[in-house]
Amino acid sequence: MTTLSPTTSPVIQGNQIPRKRLYGIMAEFHDPAALMAAADKVRLAGFRWWDCHTPFPVHGLDQAMGIKRTILPLLVFGAGMTGTTIGFCLQAFTNAASFSIWALVWVTGYPFLISGKPLISLPAFIPVMFELTILLSALSAVGIMFLFNGLPRWNHPLLANKRFLRVTDDRFFIVIESRDPRFFASRTEQFLKDLGAKAVEMVEA
Amino acid sequence: MSSLPMNRPTALPGFQESDNTAENPGVRAPLVLNMDRFGQVTRQVCQVAESKKPPFAWYAAFTISLGLVGLLGFCVNYLIFTGVGVWGLNNPVMWAFDITNFVFWVGIGHAGTLISAILFLFRQKWRTGINRFAEAMTIFAVICAGLFPGIHVGRVWLAYWLFPIPNQMDMWPQFRSPLLWDVFAVGTYFTVSFVFWFVGMVPDLATLRDRATGRIQQFAYGLFALGWRGSNRHWHRYERAYLLLAALSTPLVLSVHSVVSFDFAVSQVPGWHTTIFPPYFVAGAIFSGFAMVVTLAVPARQLFGLKDLITLRHLDNMNKIILVTGCMVGYAYSMEFFIAWYSGAMYERFAFINRAFGQYWWAYWIMVSCNVITPQLFWFKSIRTSIPIMFALCLVVNIGMWFERFVIIVTSLANDFLPTSWDFFTPTWVDMGTMLGAFGLFGTLFLLFCRYLPMIAIAEVKATMPQANPHWSGYAAHDDHGHAGGSVKPSFASPDALRSPGSGPDGGPSAP
Repeated sequence: MTTLSPTTSPVIQGNQIPRKRLYGIMAEFHDPAALMAAADKVRLAGFRWWDCHTPFPVHGLDQAMGIKRTILPLLVFGAGMTGTTIGFCLQAFTNAASFSIWALVWVTGYPFLISGKPLISLPAFIPVMFELTILLSALSAVGIMFLFNGLPRWNHPLLANKRFLRVTDDRFFIVIESRDPRFFASRTEQFLKDLGAKAVEMVEA
Repeated sequence: MSSLPMNRPTALPGFQESDNTAENPGVRAPLVLNMDRFGQVTRQVCQVAESKKPPFAWYAAFTISLGLVGLLGFCVNYLIFTGVGVWGLNNPVMWAFDITNFVFWVGIGHAGTLISAILFLFRQKWRTGINRFAEAMTIFAVICAGLFPGIHVGRVWLAYWLFPIPNQMDMWPQFRSPLLWDVFAVGTYFTVSFVFWFVGMVPDLATLRDRATGRIQQFAYGLFALGWRGSNRHWHRYERAYLLLAALSTPLVLSVHSVVSFDFAVSQVPGWHTTIFPPYFVAGAIFSGFAMVVTLAVPARQLFGLKDLITLRHLDNMNKIILVTGCMVGYAYSMEFFIAWYSGAMYERFAFINRAFGQYWWAYWIMVSCNVITPQLFWFKSIRTSIPIMFALCLVVNIGMWFERFVIIVTSLANDFLPTSWDFFTPTWVDMGTMLGAFGLFGTLFLLFCRYLPMIAIAEVKATMPQANPHWSGYAAHDDHGHAGGSVKPSFASPDALRSPGSGPDGGPSAP
């Protein structure tokens, strides 16, 4: 097993970093199979504040890590239905109503009578309702995804780590954070080494 | 570290080193050639953005495109300051080049969404080589498309009337009009396509950020990478969101060109008022869009050395789609004629006979020969896999599809119900300049994209390599390291994959 190499790491061995300044311990793997096998063991060892970092989504890793399915689709459905409602109300108000509402300023609806069609012509309203449904769903899918992921976040202890740069290229990492109740620097470090990591390194907070 | 055990094409019966177009149902054709490590893919794609200077051809193309943008700017300003009379429009023909270009560009965009969304839902892994720049093409095409309705309204400064904005006149847009549906459809299409493109690019921007050496690059790529760090908890939600975007874009893309076709079909002009328009427009859009993707992919893969990622198989597949959609378009042309005859409507019959044999007969036959006849050559594999021929055929399709929109719009308007008001449309130099300028705008944006952004979806391509599968045979081969702390028996994976955690890459070729 590779040990820590002081040349590539700004951080020094084992327990020399006080716990307060320690973000966690990072283990590097060179292929998805090794990562996945290790991830399974980290989960079974009972860690909670840990994560895998990969250059691309590795299939099966969610189960290995025990990640619960996200509720994102439900929220997106809600956003889509909001879009449908907005679409209908917008058209009904602007083309079929004569009352005023306050929307930043006072605005009044205007009943349009076009070739004797009913004021609320639902079939003609469907395209715009549809487009607004899609628009709100898509924007919320992306917005909520980033929100739940805590992104954008431009400063992060991991992003400051030299070795971690290759996570977007061809390296696979497991990071166990120091705030995990089962975290104990030297023991966790040994645990990760035993998982077959190519390198294990402390990450400064 | 040494290379991974190889699963080179040579190991696969039926595939030669650089030709992955052979069909062997027993083996998945490789989509990445001559590469077996993830890092090679990263380097191959990133070198385009990281090189100090792009190839000479890039400068040449960029200069021409920028010149055309100047022409566009001049023509548009001339139009705005003078009036739409500078175009060749006349009394019956009130839509001509403007709307032709609008429909043409919206149509071009459709292939990008088809590749990114529909092929994603169908699990067509070959999409990963081409989806990024096809999506970019979509966005730039929709920008060009949006220009034309914007300037054709005459009083451009009142274009905000298109949107339901509270105003002092208490005036609202008329929501029962297809023209207003268009505003919402194209607006939504642009927004969703842009978001889709950007979200797909975030992990790759992070790759560029992590490789960047200059301060400016680090800052710029870092800013838009949003701090992405490949966390699997992030990937989990990311993949869900991406799937949702694909599922939402699929009906969206079908609706957009349907709504564009309503601009015509909902009116009563003979030749426009037909129910076949929505599916016919969508098929035509995909047809023209794929032709444009091939037109762009062929020089791009050549110029930037991406032949191992945009392989001949990708081009072959796209040419097959061009063939299929070309046949659909041909079917629509003949069905239009049949219905015109079968309906018994006098004006409808006249409109179609006039299309083929009237004053615009040449435009009609350019359209038929470019869209229906020449694409039939794609039945032959030798033609589907010949770079020069496919490039030429796709240019021909681009021309044909531009003429299709011209034929639909201008021939129907020029000879409508009243023979006394018939007229002939002749484009002016401003018409021509604006059309060419739009191509320049498209080219400029596309060349900038090629130069500075990841042209190929790096993360997605890696995920399609056999090495990305944790259960790939190459990982299970070695037992020499043993594993240390394994008192807990993992529960989910095959014993083979787990026998040697961490041992994977350092061995030589392996027996499965």
